[in-house]
Amino acid sequence: MTRPHRQRVLALTPRERLEAGWASLDIRENHRCVRGPQTGMAMVRGRMGGTGNAFNLGEMTLTRASVVLDDGTVGSGLLGHGWVSGRDHRHAELIAMIDACAQHERFRERIDELIASLYSERQAREQQNSREVAATRVDFFTLVRGE
Amino acid sequence: MYVAVKGGEQAIANAHRLLADRRRGEREQAELSVEQIGGQLRLAVDRVMSEASLYDPELAALALKQASGDLVEAVFLLRAYRTTLPRLAVSEPLDTGTMRIERRISAAYKDIPGGQVLGPTYDYTHRLLDFMQLAEGETPEPARADAALARCPQILDLLNAEGLIEREHDDGSEPADITRDPPDYPVDRAARLQMLARGDEGYLLALGYSTQRGYGRNHPFAGEIRLGHVDVEIHVKEWDETICIGEIALSECQMINQFGGSREVAPQFTRGYGLAFGHNERKTLAMALVDRALRAEELGEPISGPAQQAEFVLAHADSVEASGFVSHLKLPHYVDFQSELELLRRLRKAHGNARGSGDAAMEDAV
Repeated sequence: MTRPHRQRVLALTPRERLEAGWASLDIRENHRCVRGPQTGMAMVRGRMGGTGNAFNLGEMTLTRASVVLDDGTVGSGLLGHGWVSGRDHRHAELIAMIDACAQHERFRERIDELIASLYSERQAREQQNSREVAATRVDFFTLVRGE
Repeated sequence: MYVAVKGGEQAIANAHRLLADRRRGEREQAELSVEQIGGQLRLAVDRVMSEASLYDPELAALALKQASGDLVEAVFLLRAYRTTLPRLAVSEPLDTGTMRIERRISAAYKDIPGGQVLGPTYDYTHRLLDFMQLAEGETPEPARADAALARCPQILDLLNAEGLIEREHDDGSEPADITRDPPDYPVDRAARLQMLARGDEGYLLALGYSTQRGYGRNHPFAGEIRLGHVDVEIHVKEWDETICIGEIALSECQMINQFGGSREVAPQFTRGYGLAFGHNERKTLAMALVDRALRAEELGEPISGPAQQAEFVLAHADSVEASGFVSHLKLPHYVDFQSELELLRRLRKAHGNARGSGDAAMEDAV
């Protein structure tokens, strides 16, 4: 599992769900924040006509955090990073902590399983949403006029 | 001479307290929560985010609550908050082709891959007040199709094999940013789109409408309108990778307009583009009309309508600036007005004197 994929799934998972998922893994690592959590903005860019030159559309809130696992614990010194849209400091910190732990082979498998299940939950939600939208798709039919 | 006058602190404090009371309304009614505004007045939330130029649904809902539903005031609040945050990143340009579709229609082509998908729209409603909403009825679950939506590619690019429509290419240029460098007219299309994206919807709607009524006409078709969610990605140096930080809701309008061409290029349809945060369909239609109108010079069209005059259109599009300058008229202008009064009295006196002496001369002549 690549780091960007894990980051994406964690950023798209609601924080409450992530909190519960993390607690269920029972990984008790102490960590400290070495940067942030800090809330700022990302300038969001679009493209003219969807495919042309970039332009600045507007900004969105973004929170980032970097943590290091504490001395004396498994994986001490490992550094993790997390980014998430919005202003939730705890969410960014959780992502960074999971990123740090995932670099240790003792935790990697458990974390990958969590990511896989969060990903499939999201896929299921997207599928459900897409079926609701698909029900509003127009079926055209042609009225045949008399001869 | 400038005379400073102080006073009104108590009146102002009490006015704000009275405002808070009126905002709260009857205490027997439950207080409106920010979550309720976000969930049930989401189109207002989307408009505030779009015009404040800051995507954060919770803060936009809070701004609406604080402003008692005054959209322009809510936009101002969110725009002001924006100035307190540092910029941490610039996103990769959004790929609207990968949008998770909530709605997608074309008024130009009937049969399109993925189909005409109406989504949650007010179109085709009868615009009759629904008195059921006065009663607290249950809302039924939405219908569900058996299968998810098929892929919905961008129509204009897909159906452009014949080269009948302008193509939009990325030349890799770094876009202007009006939040860093104030616009210096004339501005390029990147700066124009940034200004239109944060422009007041009512203003853009009126200007777009004016082009349809003949003031810079270019006969548009809504080639594609889409609404849905798109990943936002940034490049991070920590990993030297492009990563997703979350998703945002977007509305996009691809307008097809009448022909441009040159000695080198055969006649082809031209394009106008609208893109906005959230569910802001009317805004993106208007934006696409005005974007196209502002391309008049580039496309060699006569500039005959107000919507084609870039500096006029863009300098007045921002509701925060416009309402700020108009509203400053409410501030005390006691000294200015006093000086005008004195000037007017002098003029009237001079006028009276001139008339008086004129009358005397007439009498002399008689």
